[in-house]
Amino acid sequence: MNIPYTSTARPDTGLYNAKLGIWLFLASEVMLFGALFSTYILLRVNAVSWPHGYEILNVPLATLNTVVLISSSVTMVMAWASLMMKKFDKYKMYMGLTILLALVFLVVKYFEYSAKFEHHLYPSTNTFLAIYFTVTALHGLHIIGGVIVNAYLWGPGSKMWKTDPQRFTNRVEVAGLYWHFVDLVWIFLFPVLYLL
Amino acid sequence: MADETSKHNSQKQAEGVGVGTHAHVHHEEHHHEVSFIRKYVFSTDHKVIGIQYGITSLLFLFFGFTLMMVMRWQLAYPGEPIPWIGLLLGADRAPDGIMLPEFYNQLGAMHGTIMVFLGVVPLAVGAFGNYVMPLQIGAIDMAFPKLNMMSYWVYFMGGVTMLVSFFLPGGAANSGWTSYAPLAVIATTGQTVWLIGMIFLITSSLLGSVNFIVTIIQLRTHGLTFMRLPFFVWAQFVTSFLLLLAFPPLEAAGILQLMDRVAGTSFFMPSGLVVSGIALPYTGGGSPLLWQHLFWFLAHPEVYVLILPAMGIVAEIIANNTRKPLWGYKSMVYAAIFLGFMSFVVWAHHMFMTGMGTTISAFFQTTTMIISIPSIIILTAFFLSLWGGSIRFTTPMLFALAFLPMFGIGGLTGLPLGLAPPDIHLHDTYYVIGHFHYVVAPGTLMALFAGIYYWYPKVTGRMMNDMLGKLHFWGSFIFLNGVFMPMFIQGLAGVSRRLYDGGEQYAHAQSVLQWNEVMSVSAWLLGLAQIPFIINFFLSAKNGKKVGDNPWDATTLDMAATTSPPLAHGNFERVPEVHRPPYEYSVPGAERDFIPQHERTA
Repeated sequence: MNIPYTSTARPDTGLYNAKLGIWLFLASEVMLFGALFSTYILLRVNAVSWPHGYEILNVPLATLNTVVLISSSVTMVMAWASLMMKKFDKYKMYMGLTILLALVFLVVKYFEYSAKFEHHLYPSTNTFLAIYFTVTALHGLHIIGGVIVNAYLWGPGSKMWKTDPQRFTNRVEVAGLYWHFVDLVWIFLFPVLYLL
Repeated sequence: MADETSKHNSQKQAEGVGVGTHAHVHHEEHHHEVSFIRKYVFSTDHKVIGIQYGITSLLFLFFGFTLMMVMRWQLAYPGEPIPWIGLLLGADRAPDGIMLPEFYNQLGAMHGTIMVFLGVVPLAVGAFGNYVMPLQIGAIDMAFPKLNMMSYWVYFMGGVTMLVSFFLPGGAANSGWTSYAPLAVIATTGQTVWLIGMIFLITSSLLGSVNFIVTIIQLRTHGLTFMRLPFFVWAQFVTSFLLLLAFPPLEAAGILQLMDRVAGTSFFMPSGLVVSGIALPYTGGGSPLLWQHLFWFLAHPEVYVLILPAMGIVAEIIANNTRKPLWGYKSMVYAAIFLGFMSFVVWAHHMFMTGMGTTISAFFQTTTMIISIPSIIILTAFFLSLWGGSIRFTTPMLFALAFLPMFGIGGLTGLPLGLAPPDIHLHDTYYVIGHFHYVVAPGTLMALFAGIYYWYPKVTGRMMNDMLGKLHFWGSFIFLNGVFMPMFIQGLAGVSRRLYDGGEQYAHAQSVLQWNEVMSVSAWLLGLAQIPFIINFFLSAKNGKKVGDNPWDATTLDMAATTSPPLAHGNFERVPEVHRPPYEYSVPGAERDFIPQHERTA
């Protein structure tokens, strides 16, 4: 039994199933992070005092992380484009780079967190740090999720390239859409938490 | 044997679907026998998953109802030992069989949680949506069968998590199904487990709703345009969007409350909070109102998640049993879509009394009045559909007919609550309980029972017993009203909904106190009235009257285009093409009084 439109697009919608599915999933993610950003706004406008992010947080490290994450989005597109051009070796390289950059991001984040804990700054210290830790940790979980999926597509999952290349390319595209979204969330988080 | 058939089927399908299906078809999966576990436990067949959802949610519904039957004892006879089960509850819940207030609160919170998140929604969406929707759109399965299986098992884990929380020290969550902060933040451990359980349930509904939307958009068979979809499919479609977009803010809120409880943050904790004379160790600066906003942003669309699938079921049954097309199909569809949109901008009508300000109240009471219009359009279309029909009073039809006035009462009693001035009087009284129970219990549950009687023969191949069905119907219909109608009387008198003694110590309640016993006895009799249903449900699977392919002479693909049950994985012998609108009943000049959607000629 084969479900239709797993690899090819349905003519009248122009989409294959997983692509529509990931867009819907991302819509729900927008609502999730939207609720958290709304929380940030509501808490901040009601607060008696609210610190500037740059007074507490490490802006240079976060800038570095922003560059790292944007680069990983570029390599992700390159990975997908390599598959479109049927260059599997290049795909392996770019996908590997994407995973590596994501890991760099996580390591930098780890140093940021532990520096805060060393200075006895915890989520319970104040509302600013509470929202900072909650939202960045949730974003970090999304990064970890992305790394797991990408690692699967780089390693054991890439066997599908031999049996069903179209479907495999689709999978990489879908993982890429998710990855760009996670990147985009950071693009919002960085100025809101660190700069404003 | 079954395997052979399904192999045969899928080959036919590969030919039948033609355009769009992939050429290289792998058949290995059919060559070996599917194990029992893969077939019935970890199945990817949407029909099996639908049945799993159905049975699990029915059990949860009964359990949630049992909690209420126990609570009703305390309300009718406060301070008296609970008969039979009182002594089994243990000293920390009911010493000498007399219920403690803390335990009453646990029962209240878990009744709401179980009924909404583990009972009605999984039955309406998980069970009916899963089983019927792919059949009605001519799909061989859902778009993502493995996600579908995962969605059920994550729901199951959420349910187990909720049940386990009863056995924690301090018991289950006891801050109401709404879990208002700051009380919920300082409540016993049960609340933490409740939050974890909710995250499971939210994940499950996310997986389900993505799957439903993709299936409806992508796997509709040839010729099945959107305006030819049965109304049930439309209802599931809009419902899925509500689940997809409204649940994440509650997930965010749940994460924040979990942080408040576990990491000591103050998202929902205001500054200077003192409980029982002790200042709490929170830095403060948070907002309890924020929780309410995030919670109701989900929980209002959730109301429509409860009601839309019920309307979908009623639409199918009314068209089928009046033997005429639905009146105003298009306006019903547009009304359902509009209802979906509007349901996102009415949430704060639950919060008129919180002091959020009159300007915001004015906005939300306006949107609330506007959202009543699409519900009325749909209900009016149902009533007009009856006009001039030759109605068959089958058991499903009785339940569907009862839905109309019951949902009508539920909806109309909501109007005073949606306007801020009367809500000042009615807020937090039994009137509110009466209102939303009329929507969900005599309303949605009636429709869900209708659906069970309607699709049972398609699932099992046998009819449910008519006499037992009618007994079940009249018992349920009478006693549901017996439970909920007096709530309006008590509520208008001003009785608060939060009283653990049923209002014995409450001045407002004295003149209406006698209704407590009426409601409680009705609730217990309502429990008895479910016995014929339970017997019927199990016995008919073996002894019911056998039926053919199309037990109700229906036009939609789920009944008309499938073979006689049980259906193989893959659903259709040949995937049907659709040539006409969904409800072509009693077409003048046609030889039969129904023309199935996939029939080419009249």
